[in-house]
Amino acid sequence: MEVKLLSARFDIKDAHLLEVAKAHGAYETLDKLFTMTPVQVMEEVKNSGLRGRGGAGFPTGVKWSFLPKNLDKPVYLAVNSDESEPATFKDRYILVKDPHMMIEGIIICCYAIGCHDAYIYIRGEYTSQVKILQKAVDEAYAAGYLGAAVGGKDFRLDVTVHRGAGAYICGEETALLESIEGKKGQPRSKPPFPAVVGLYDCPTIINNVQSIASLPFILANGADAYRVYGTEKSPGTHLFGISGHVEKPGMYELPLGQPLLEVIDKVAGGVWKGRKLKGIIPGGSSTPVLTPEEAKTVTLDYESMAAHKTMFGSGGIVVLDETVDIVKLVENLISFYHHESCGQCTPCREGLGWMLKIVKKLLAGDGGREDIDLLVELCDNIEMKTVCVLSAACTMPVRSYLNKFRHEFEAYAAEKASAKPDLREE
Amino acid sequence: MSDRSELIAVGKPFSFDAERDAEFERLITRYPIRESMIMPALWLVQEQDGWICAEAISYIAERIGTYPAKVFELATFYTMYHLKPVGRHHICVCRTLSCYLRDKQEIVDYLAEEIGIRPGQVSEDGKFSLEEVECLGHCGTAPVVQLDGEFHEAMDAKKLKALLATLD
Ligand SMILES: Cc1cc2nc3c(=O)[nH]c(=O)nc-3n(C[C@H](O)[C@H](O)[C@H](O)COP(=O)(O)O)c2cc1C
Ligand code: SF4
Ligand code: FES
Repeated sequence: MEVKLLSARFDIKDAHLLEVAKAHGAYETLDKLFTMTPVQVMEEVKNSGLRGRGGAGFPTGVKWSFLPKNLDKPVYLAVNSDESEPATFKDRYILVKDPHMMIEGIIICCYAIGCHDAYIYIRGEYTSQVKILQKAVDEAYAAGYLGAAVGGKDFRLDVTVHRGAGAYICGEETALLESIEGKKGQPRSKPPFPAVVGLYDCPTIINNVQSIASLPFILANGADAYRVYGTEKSPGTHLFGISGHVEKPGMYELPLGQPLLEVIDKVAGGVWKGRKLKGIIPGGSSTPVLTPEEAKTVTLDYESMAAHKTMFGSGGIVVLDETVDIVKLVENLISFYHHESCGQCTPCREGLGWMLKIVKKLLAGDGGREDIDLLVELCDNIEMKTVCVLSAACTMPVRSYLNKFRHEFEAYAAEKASAKPDLREE
Repeated sequence: MSDRSELIAVGKPFSFDAERDAEFERLITRYPIRESMIMPALWLVQEQDGWICAEAISYIAERIGTYPAKVFELATFYTMYHLKPVGRHHICVCRTLSCYLRDKQEIVDYLAEEIGIRPGQVSEDGKFSLEEVECLGHCGTAPVVQLDGEFHEAMDAKKLKALLATLD
């Protein structure tokens, strides 16, 4: 099932070094790139059907085409390497195993969109990774792939690595831009969308590391070659991160559209310790959980996930075995989002705290059935009432656990009809 | 570390060493506005001193030409900036989803019982500080511990014990 498009150089020793990467094909697309017009490059990417790998799956070429024409302002590119969605670890492989594939992708993107200043926003925790990335950027400058004349052509491109410092919310694209501008990572209201008003009030494209790293293959081999993999609406390959209760957790590159359960069994070695499956989180902690029954018909693509009322997300698949206490898991999840709320919307800042308090109350044996209803009510009052979707990234999965594993919450609810929790403190 | 509400003054002025000074000057040419340098400058301070004191906040503000309050605001918002000294060895244990499922608690319990240190604390001898942090992007090899910036994957109490024994 596995394929090696993006991960072609991952197993080659020292492929993060320019010399080695170059010996194995890095930067070979540049000659072709500069024979094409930017519009032709954009069309090729559109035709490939590549969809954004940061979670939302928006078609990359279409996003680029939203940039206003005939601008008198600079265009910026921000590469999203914040990778902080729990259970997501795919971009790290690109950053450390083949950073030159990403830099080559940046050159392709910037040529297509007319950008001369790109920023790579990398999460602060990636300390050794940022060194590898910075070295790759330095090597690319020294070799003339970046700088005043990219590949000897009349095209300037500067790439700057900007380090985050421990805030999940900076993965949200407008918070990321605020952060580069030297502000707190607090998302902006949309519209205007960043393609029109983005970094430093200029038109800006934000793309995920993996979206950008997919470009060299597409340009080298053409849109049709990319479409050989995947499905009609979800073409190509994806770096899936499989974690949790499987025998062989890890990062696997697969074409989109594979059956979920087959992937868990054949690729990741199945549920560990011979245990039974309880549920699967399909695309990072923000995506609604699937029951084993639902999982039977799911394939790993955007359409199938939507049809099963969940999301493809970041491709971070988490397997839960029969021993998992769903209520404790939900406590762990809400803690995360509560901690990472940027604080500017009351329903998110306060509401997630209330939800956490109620779950803790249930776990302590002090909650009643009405507390479960109260959790649902809070979800209703939080969702779609905030500036960004971090709050929904918490309430949507929580709802799925409440719906699909309600009996586990009820088991914790004390027999006695207890009073509503006092939400005034804290 | 956990308490991020106050700045600590050390009583002597801060300035970048030659290497950081050069890095500051290189980076500031990359941004169209000077405020963009606040985060990189905070990182440079932390690299140099291990944490960020009140004097360093004023120093950054002055070099960038902004208010100290603006620098302080970012230093408190972004949780990786240390506003007080950490231990000689700083341990971060991931507490989130995949690490939770693969028993990160064993590691936290080990540190509490054997080293006597809980999340948010610095050990009495100043050797260790411990933080529980959110997903570190190494979920496929959970549970993970980040020690002095280096990742240690598929950890358990036994491996951690062996690792800590190598430190002075
Ligand atoms: C709370 C939140 C966190 C996000 N974190 C990330 C992230 O870590 N990495 C990422 O690429 N996209 C993340 N996104 C999605 C980005 O906002 C954006 O859609 C994406 O970077 C666009 O790139 P793409 O079109 O190539 O996917 C996040 C979104 C939200 C709402
Ligand atoms: S929803 Fe939460 S994270 Fe998003 S802007 Fe509002 S407070 Fe910030
Ligand atoms: S959940 Fe621990 S590293 Fe991702």
